Amino acid sequence: MFANLPYLAVATLTVIGLSTVLLKRNLVKVTMGLNILTSAVNLLIIVLGYREGGIAPIYTLAPQTYMVLPTPQALCLTSIVIGVATTALLLSFTMVIYRKYGTVNVDEIRELRE
Amino acid sequence: MIPQFLWDHAPAMAVAVPLLAAFVCPLVGKYTATGRKAWVLLAAAATSALALFTAWRVYTLGTWVYVFGATVPALSVPPDSGGIPIRIIFEVDAMSALMQVIVAIVGFSVILYSLSADGKRSGLEAYYTLFLLLIASIVGMVSTGDLFNFFVFFEISGLASAGLIAYRVEAGRAVEAGLKYFVVSTLGGIFMLFVIAILYGQYNALNIAMLAERMQFTVLDKIALVLIIGALATKAGAVPMHFWTPDAYALAPSSVTALLVVASQASLYGLFRFTFTLYHLSLNAATVGWVLILLGVFSMFVGVTMAIPQKDVKRLMAYHAISQTGYMLLGVGTGLAVLGNQGMLDAFGRMAIAGGIFHIINHALYKGLLFLTAGAIIYRVGTRDMNRMGGLGHKMKWTMIFFMIGALAIAGIPPFNGFASKLMIYESVYLFNPVLAIIAMVVSILTLASFVKVFHSIFMGPQLPEYEHVKEVPAPMLLGMGILALLVILFGLFPQQVVDLLITPAANALLDQSGYIASILGGA
Amino acid sequence: MQMSKIVRLSADIMYPFVVIFGLYVIMHGHITPGGGFQGGAVVATGAALVIVAHAFHDVKAMIPKILLYLQESGGLLLFIGAGLAGMLLGFPFFFNWLANSGSLFGMPVPIGPNPGELNTAGFLPLMNIAVGIEVWGGLTLVILYMLSGVGKEGY
Repeated sequence: MFANLPYLAVATLTVIGLSTVLLKRNLVKVTMGLNILTSAVNLLIIVLGYREGGIAPIYTLAPQTYMVLPTPQALCLTSIVIGVATTALLLSFTMVIYRKYGTVNVDEIRELRE
Repeated sequence: MIPQFLWDHAPAMAVAVPLLAAFVCPLVGKYTATGRKAWVLLAAAATSALALFTAWRVYTLGTWVYVFGATVPALSVPPDSGGIPIRIIFEVDAMSALMQVIVAIVGFSVILYSLSADGKRSGLEAYYTLFLLLIASIVGMVSTGDLFNFFVFFEISGLASAGLIAYRVEAGRAVEAGLKYFVVSTLGGIFMLFVIAILYGQYNALNIAMLAERMQFTVLDKIALVLIIGALATKAGAVPMHFWTPDAYALAPSSVTALLVVASQASLYGLFRFTFTLYHLSLNAATVGWVLILLGVFSMFVGVTMAIPQKDVKRLMAYHAISQTGYMLLGVGTGLAVLGNQGMLDAFGRMAIAGGIFHIINHALYKGLLFLTAGAIIYRVGTRDMNRMGGLGHKMKWTMIFFMIGALAIAGIPPFNGFASKLMIYESVYLFNPVLAIIAMVVSILTLASFVKVFHSIFMGPQLPEYEHVKEVPAPMLLGMGILALLVILFGLFPQQVVDLLITPAANALLDQSGYIASILGGA
Repeated sequence: MQMSKIVRLSADIMYPFVVIFGLYVIMHGHITPGGGFQGGAVVATGAALVIVAHAFHDVKAMIPKILLYLQESGGLLLFIGAGLAGMLLGFPFFFNWLANSGSLFGMPVPIGPNPGELNTAGFLPLMNIAVGIEVWGGLTLVILYMLSGVGKEGY
């Protein structure tokens, strides 16, 4: 069971993030849910690169040469940067909506109708 | 005659030039406003020229492989890599070349239009920076042969589009539309990242050609297929994930809307690339083909029935964009459904795929033209509500002619390009299943009905007193619309030449997975 | 809203150390963990530390916004210029034209575990610096714009 623990963590975080995005009524909480979902996917990418007994993939003062895979760590880094930009933009949108509509409740932001 | 530099480096320059221009734009804009307009126009012209040159070379000489960061641009498998393509590789085959032609034409016309339509707004350096970034990301999305690079360009286009949609804050409504679009787009991006994790974890490769060679269709690959179809169909605006489209297309500035149509089609290109080239026959072609056909039929039907009662002219056109996306999904889905059956593929499968692809370029042209004319009307009149407009045909003659060309093209009337692609789709889909072709024809009739209503309520009727001061729109806007209208007419008058030169090579390239793999891995 | 005197004084003392640490992470991106984005985020955190400790309305006048705009555009231009410079020499886009060449950052990389040489890896440190400058400017501007929407009382 312990070998699969990281994958269980990914699944738990995904369910938490997805349910937050779909069920919460506050825009700030929706943003937080998207952040949790991004963290879940980043964790999945890094965990897939793990090799039993390997160390961090840095050659400076390295005690051994058997390392975990470095490519997933580069992918995860790019994804974190995209996540930062996404969060910044969503929060800016939330601020402007709060200033114009007076509320951040998703049910009440319904100016655009059919 | 053509510099050696272009022959070597054009695909990368087509992405690098708009990026560089986008980064310099704020610095130029701080000093002169006219300088910024000239700079943006120059950048758009250069990007379109590079994209058209890339497309021309690919159509005449075959697939172009460009490796980033190698010693020679064509060195996809370096000798010390053990037979694996290791760098980011741009692989431009005929289908990508067609999408680059679309981006070149529509991108240049839209920037020409936007120079005078958006010239009086504030905060313009951010606007043009995001605009050029959006163009760069669309060119990158259609040229790349690497899965993670596709994801990065996908996210760039989502961010740039969200910023552009929410640009005119307009008492918060445009920001609400931008927020809806952005949450949906980010969810799609996260699912795409799940797919990348699943495929990388199984096959240890990110290159699409390498993955196509190593693909065995395990249970995890089935999950990845479902997620990737969901993510890309959401960004393309297919039903049932279409609810961001009316708000986003209606509230963005009109030049941005015409470019968002091209961005949605780049996601549709991604969907076709992943199902045809990455998976090919390893998936159950009949089932996935029927899934795409059902998505297409629902999109067509829901799009056109929700468009009929609309009062807002751009919202109506956005629903029609959803319906036309359904035509493309129907055509290419039919081709996918008969992928395993060589006899049916030669009889009508290739024609269905060619019809779907032809519809992509036609839709970009006439839908872009329609959105630009709607923008021209809104620019002069100041409202988007059709019940308050009327009698504009007296003063805005050129706009009326362009709108009529666009409306007849979208309804599929003979001398315009919509008829050619719709006829190809009807013929091939009828041989597959007659009910689908009949639904497509009924939707086409309803499209014509809805546009007749729009034309009558905007342009016909007596001259209204509050619109006495309305004159024709300025020349750059007319020029931008004129380029698209001219191409709509030309593609309609010479469809056979267009199909032979542009569309059939693209359809063949989409069906030819072994050719795609051989270009990178060297004929193994 | 101003924080207490201890917090303000600690922030003033810690700010140069945070900036130096961020610049260290940027510069050593090719031999230790870190790099452009991480180091830039650390430096922007230092700026945010000072802004949060003092009242925003007092600090607002002291931050040069034009410098941050120039940082943002300059960092991006340096990044794409480093990628395009290889094309002038005839190589593809983003070819590492400084690696193993003997000039700036041109020492050959030692194979296997080593004590870490700063002078290696071609244009990767240049790109790290470019991204670090850009992220510093960009994130500080984001913080400034978000805080300018906050009223005088702090909410």
